[in-house]
Amino acid sequence: MTARTPPLAVTAYTAVSALGCGRAAHAAALRAGACGLRPNAISSAPLPCWVGQVDGIEAAPLPQELAGWESRNHRIAWLALQQDGLLDAARAARERYGRDRVALLLGTSTASIGASEEAYRRLTPDGRFPPDLRRPAIHTAHSLVAFVAAALDLAGPCATVSTACSSSAKVFAQAERLLRLGLADAALVGGVDSLCDSVLFGFNALELVSPEPCRPCDAARRGLSIGEAGGFALLERVDAAPRAPRLIGYGESSDAHHMSSPHPQGLGARLALQDALARAGLEPAAVDYVNLHGTASPKNDEVELALIADTFPASTRASSTKGATGHTLGAAGILEATVALLALEHGVVPGTVGCRTPDPAAGPQLALASEARDVRVALSNSFGFGGNNACLAFARAEALA
Amino acid sequence: MSATLTLWVEGIGLWAPGLPSWPALRALCAGGAPSECAARPAAAVLPPGERRRAPESVLLAVEAAGQAVAMSAREARELPCVFSSAHGDLAIMDYMCATLAAAPAELSPTKFHNSVHNAAAGYWTIASGCMAPSTALAAHAHSFGAGLLEAATQACAERRAVLYVGYDAVSQGPLAEMAPSSQPFAAALVLAPAPGAAACARLTLGIGAEAAPAAPRHPALAALAAANPSAGGLALLEALAADAPAALALAAGPHFHLTVHLEPSR
Repeated sequence: MTARTPPLAVTAYTAVSALGCGRAAHAAALRAGACGLRPNAISSAPLPCWVGQVDGIEAAPLPQELAGWESRNHRIAWLALQQDGLLDAARAARERYGRDRVALLLGTSTASIGASEEAYRRLTPDGRFPPDLRRPAIHTAHSLVAFVAAALDLAGPCATVSTACSSSAKVFAQAERLLRLGLADAALVGGVDSLCDSVLFGFNALELVSPEPCRPCDAARRGLSIGEAGGFALLERVDAAPRAPRLIGYGESSDAHHMSSPHPQGLGARLALQDALARAGLEPAAVDYVNLHGTASPKNDEVELALIADTFPASTRASSTKGATGHTLGAAGILEATVALLALEHGVVPGTVGCRTPDPAAGPQLALASEARDVRVALSNSFGFGGNNACLAFARAEALA
Repeated sequence: MSATLTLWVEGIGLWAPGLPSWPALRALCAGGAPSECAARPAAAVLPPGERRRAPESVLLAVEAAGQAVAMSAREARELPCVFSSAHGDLAIMDYMCATLAAAPAELSPTKFHNSVHNAAAGYWTIASGCMAPSTALAAHAHSFGAGLLEAATQACAERRAVLYVGYDAVSQGPLAEMAPSSQPFAAALVLAPAPGAAACARLTLGIGAEAAPAAPRHPALAALAAANPSAGGLALLEALAADAPAALALAAGPHFHLTVHLEPSR
């Protein structure tokens, strides 16, 4: 049986997505039930579908001193760092603890592959990358962390987690272990994924892309809308910020079933959920809100809704916010951790944008429209290709008193 | 003062050209010649259908993982696993980028799902029936050390044996100039937080100040370490093969090293 895990304070957090930049924009959009999806005009060849795109990235270059890191993924990262004081909070942590005592753990599935794709479209006659894209540091899975480490001058433990759509949820677990063992005193976690041909045509090849705006948890859902997003959270020990919201648990598991479809009985997802509850020392009834993975793929939603209906009482509310943001893949973990933290902070249960007629597997927990409600404990599910599952548990500080 | 992590090595796996196993590395380090071996790793742990579908990088990683778990005599399904690779599967990345540039609608769905960085973790957990946590990391040229730190952290924090695999496949196409890797390499360790019957060495890991990372001493290993972004891990394997106390540093980030103190335990 899993032992309880000591909680950590979330001393700063933010996200950017198709819903806007920062916490206030996301809280307002979630409360209003806004949909940030738009027709796809970003792929290099036509693909009729809807996407969740971060506005203004094309006109937001990196500062001159970071220009060597230019890529869409890093522009989203930089934009996210400008929101809600993240940059100042991360720098303050570096000054307080030392640059080698702040871990940097970020999830991404795309990294800057969009830049590599562009290079292949513009190869020189002798088959090389064009000179402006001959920058090895951006053509690798680790580019995001290397960029943020350079931008913030961090020199502690650092790694990129790339487990597809659970990537930027698993970084919270990794950070907790490093802090518990005394290998770091704070951790900047998060993740960024950016729209690119690889994910749009890749999910299209798997016949998982919806021709209409995605409808998570709807009986007539037709697949995903792909999105992009970036976000960060600063984690410190609770004594550094006793009133801050807390990471109180996490669960991780593998499906051991299939590379691109979930376990038919949701066994891996159930293990991750149970692990998170056990580490948090919670009974299911203590959970006020669950942000679902809820991709709008036929299989995922059926399995996940059945798990929620089977685990929680009707007083626990659940919703997928991917109808509002799109499925932001490697950034979904941090984006939806942000949604869970906003639910705690603002007393709002987001609705399931795009869902009109719930799947028959849905229980009474599913919130179709947003609800004003006291949320003391919130979970966020993230499940990825390869059967890689993560579940995060957050609580308001006073909920644990 | 930073913490240290104490672990016991229970299993070691390895695959590279001329070095198809841990015994082959020991023989080389003892003065022998590189071993004869097949051009591709067998990855016998995978069922035949999966072996056909799996890309080269997965075969590499799974081969080393299977060897290490067999040596530890543990059940693969019980072990959380950490897979670390600088670049994932560069041949698939080259295929993806080339296909997307020429005919994006023709992208292969199998190649796409094989392109995820956690493909090796996925194939491994599916083949071994492992429902324990699995992860996939990258840290560019420091991937082997960064992955080892995560595996050691999991083992010590959760008091549970962990499988660690560090690997990189060969790059090809225009991407190869940006992400050079000219030899395949995978190494795997089963790491336990307490001494058991299978323990062959004790490792004490710490976080080091800026130190020159160790390079393998044997010329063949040094050449391999220069040809593959994860093969710097050979410095640790060479020290394990020497069966003598040793201290070395492994790069785990641009400004960050793991200090490793090694004591043979039998």
